[in-house]
Amino acid sequence: MKRAYYIFYKDFSSELRMRFALNALIMFVIVAVSTILFSLANEKVNQNVYAGMFWVVVFFSAMSGLSRTFVSEEERGTTLILSLIANPISIFIGKFLFNLVLLFFINTIIAFLYMILFQDFSIQNWDSFLLAFILGNIGIAGSSTIIAAIISKANVKGTLYPVLAFPVLLPLILMLIEITKSAMEGNPISDVEAELMVLISYDIIMITASVLVFDIIWRD
Amino acid sequence: MNNIQLIVKNLKKTFNRRLVFDKLSFEVRAGERLVITGKNGSGKSTLIKILAGVMNESSGSFEYIFDSGKIDREDIYKIIGLVSPYLVLYDEFSAFENLKLFAKIRNLKIDDDKINQILEKAGLFNRRNDLVRTYSSGMKQRVKYASAILHDPLVLLLDEPTSNLDIEGKDFVDELVQNFRKDGIVVVATNETQDFKYGQRIINLDDYKNNQSK
Repeated sequence: MKRAYYIFYKDFSSELRMRFALNALIMFVIVAVSTILFSLANEKVNQNVYAGMFWVVVFFSAMSGLSRTFVSEEERGTTLILSLIANPISIFIGKFLFNLVLLFFINTIIAFLYMILFQDFSIQNWDSFLLAFILGNIGIAGSSTIIAAIISKANVKGTLYPVLAFPVLLPLILMLIEITKSAMEGNPISDVEAELMVLISYDIIMITASVLVFDIIWRD
Repeated sequence: MNNIQLIVKNLKKTFNRRLVFDKLSFEVRAGERLVITGKNGSGKSTLIKILAGVMNESSGSFEYIFDSGKIDREDIYKIIGLVSPYLVLYDEFSAFENLKLFAKIRNLKIDDDKINQILEKAGLFNRRNDLVRTYSSGMKQRVKYASAILHDPLVLLLDEPTSNLDIEGKDFVDELVQNFRKDGIVVVATNETQDFKYGQRIINLDDYKNNQSK
């Protein structure tokens, strides 16, 4: 775990200096949220649509930034040195932690912007929403990290990332939209118990499977 | 004394249908220095990457034996120090920061003085706090040497060891190979004849190109 932490620390320090992912993510969030804001203008939209739009922005912001963690290592040629100083499991966990922190940071900004700019995006049941937010971020970070590792070895990295990520993340996003809708309507947490269980299962399966297959993806 | 041994058996590597080498077998014992040579494209760097555990072989096997026990594939990085032209360091950090990060990731108990000593030995002490991206290719090569010996490895893999180095740098490599731990192994991949002096034995990969090879 200590090794994974220092890989996270390396990526974090590197990101502070180079801004590989952060700038792309912040720009995407600003453009996406302002486009939605201007296109809706004063139009009254069904409250449920906001839940969908929130997670759509989260999904695409993840697509625009989270692949950098592996792609930048591959493009700069530093993959080899990383392989020589740490074992694959530490590398995966370190990269996953970095993506998780990045995702929490950027999604908190998205949620904050939605709450300020869209009056109809009001959460009535915070417990459900926060649980979905936390479990959703873990799931998206886990899936995005392993997919980033796969596409970093490919020639067409940019195009491949959303194509591979979409089917993997779709069930997660659908669950998150359901829970967010329920949280906006103020329904009790017991109403979305099944969806929350699916989220927990998804996170466990995705992270376990990723740790198991990462060694094969990383070598060669 | 602890004994490290490298055993390579019938190693084969292909890229798609292109054969790089086949039926490659050799053993290297503690204290031995081996030179791998061959024409461009003969697979020297590929073999070094396989021996470093960062690339898979197509068939055959290789293993490091230490104190009669086989070292797991995922632990090979702990005993390996690799220097090669295609090794790229984190150029947004200084040489000192690179080594400090590597030490932390490797979980080594190394203080700043020890890192400074290694950098001094590599002739980089005065530029240790400059970003690696501002270094010349020779200086980058020296940082690679510093990172390769940071964890006192049992096996030193050197691919084109003197590329980009000036006379002082080459002297540094000579000294490093000569003074490398006597219970360790050095494998040098090169086609520079002046580098053949590093090895007691030479293997030419051009001899392992087809099924009729030895």
